[in-house]
Amino acid sequence: MPSDPLVAQHVLEFPGGYTRTTGPVIGRFLSELRGRRIVGARTAEGRVLVPPLEYDPATGEPVTGEYVEVGPAGTVTAWAWVHEPLDGHPLDRPFAWALIKLDGADTALVHAVCPEHPKAMEAGMRVWPIWRDQPTGHITDISYFAPEVTKIVSNVRSEYRLQAGGALRVFFEGIQRGVFLGGRCDQCDKVYVPYRAACPECGGVIPETRELPDTGTITTFAINNLPDPRAPQVPFVSAYILLDHADIPMIALIGDVPAHEVRQGMRVKAVWVPESERTASMANIRWFAPTGEPDVELS
Amino acid sequence: MRALATREVAIVAFAQTRHTPHDTGLTEPELILPVINEVKERTGLKRFGFTCSGSCDYLAGAPFSFVSALDALAAWPPISESHVEMDGAWALYEAWVRLQHGDIDSALVYGFGKSSLGDLRRIMTLQLDPYYLAPLGLDQLSYAALQAAAVGADRKELDEIVRRSRADGRANPYALDLPDPERGEDEPLAVRPLKLTDVPPITDGAAAIVLATGDLARELSDNPAYIRGIAHRIEPHYLGMRDLARSASAADAARAAGVGKGPVEVAELHTQFPHEEIILREALELTGDTVINPSGGPLAANPVMATGLIRIGEAAQRILDGRARRTVAHAAGGPCLQHNLVTVLEA
Repeated sequence: MPSDPLVAQHVLEFPGGYTRTTGPVIGRFLSELRGRRIVGARTAEGRVLVPPLEYDPATGEPVTGEYVEVGPAGTVTAWAWVHEPLDGHPLDRPFAWALIKLDGADTALVHAVCPEHPKAMEAGMRVWPIWRDQPTGHITDISYFAPEVTKIVSNVRSEYRLQAGGALRVFFEGIQRGVFLGGRCDQCDKVYVPYRAACPECGGVIPETRELPDTGTITTFAINNLPDPRAPQVPFVSAYILLDHADIPMIALIGDVPAHEVRQGMRVKAVWVPESERTASMANIRWFAPTGEPDVELS
Repeated sequence: MRALATREVAIVAFAQTRHTPHDTGLTEPELILPVINEVKERTGLKRFGFTCSGSCDYLAGAPFSFVSALDALAAWPPISESHVEMDGAWALYEAWVRLQHGDIDSALVYGFGKSSLGDLRRIMTLQLDPYYLAPLGLDQLSYAALQAAAVGADRKELDEIVRRSRADGRANPYALDLPDPERGEDEPLAVRPLKLTDVPPITDGAAAIVLATGDLARELSDNPAYIRGIAHRIEPHYLGMRDLARSASAADAARAAGVGKGPVEVAELHTQFPHEEIILREALELTGDTVINPSGGPLAANPVMATGLIRIGEAAQRILDGRARRTVAHAAGGPCLQHNLVTVLEA
């Protein structure tokens, strides 16, 4: 109750509500709803009124007595978005009021539409009724309309066991010792890292490994705003790093520097985990960090 | 259609309260009394051939609340009185019809409402049909937003209507002082596409008009505002049975009242939301030469159940003051401009 003694609360209420007769036409519509069907009334002119009225508003003539099942799907012709539902609204989360022209009807039904996001609402969208569990013969037997199903989510998950053999195994053994192993194709005069058994350009065999320093230059980079379990924080930077004396860049994380300070030509050095924690894995390298040397002009 | 000869009826006096955006604690008779007394003083009439009022019991939540309002009238010895549960504009229509009988020559009309007492947005749900619309809880702002969406008007045009209405309202001592909407695109939404600034202010207020015929009209006013045409038309109630982007009933009423028979200097339109002005300008075929809602209109003061009558009063006042020779007033009832009354006034 209000605290001011000169202000009183007043409630107008009809306990239990009014009992209203439906008449034959509205009664038929509500009975069909209870059976989870939506019907309209056909007018003398052949139009289908949904929801049905006893008289055709266009002519004043009684409707014919023929009921036509419509929908259950329909097309939204206009809509308004309620971001803060009121008590008594059909939904307690944001929803749209809509005029819905059900398939086979010549008029529009006013009801609620609840998409997952307001951006899904548009005139012309297709909607389908979501029925309440226990229909009783009431307009709210349709809880609301939902957008037509136009996509599904397919889950894919398969497990594999990968083994590093061949050249990759050689490379990882180098990583375990704390060095990057590459290889040089004498014919093409190019140094590749990680080490590979054959030159991708000429196909010639690369018989020997070559140790490369763990310093290099950033050739290009991306700032990532989605979290990644391997990255130190968000945003994080992944970069192409051209190791010194190599001709092909490797991709790696950049750390110990704010994302907005990373630039092309920046000199970086690998940050290794302590020797005692090293394994034959790229996890040995936390990331690359700036060395503080002057930037390099990229050709 | 054969034109019916009608008796010449004029508005000879108009009064309205200084409307408030909150409940001042006045009872309804206390709210009405000053405007009744004002039109009585202005005309010198103490008794009227007929009295008719418009109000809505649901605003106060009290059955037959209009009966107690009679205390403001001096209704003894008994007077000939009627009431419509509609805007006072329809009370004026009933009084105009009553004056056509020819046996009386004056009528008092008033309308009043205190929308501050309850939640108008939800009280308006009670006017909807009880089978298909009211059980959904469809409220005043929601159905207005559906119509705004159907119109699909340019946002800048709507904003300009609100800005102009509020500016005119600030210049009108009877309307509310509402600031220019400042936040543009950032103005908070009511029910999209309606912004909160598109919603008419909650307002308490009342208005009264005196009608007179023939010689009495010329006796009571130097410039009576003659009702040259008055007509109302209604559309199906259910929103889905209508084209919400236009108003066929307002257009029919305007044709029947003869809006297009001459230039319209001023049009006072019962536009509670800015998109309604766009619909009504088209329906009444108003041109850019017509000044719309120079009072500020309902977007500057919306004493529900008096708002439509005030439109007629404001349009008449321009003629009573000698500032205009031909004006038009529009009043609306029901959801989304379901029912429209158009009055043509001439010097």
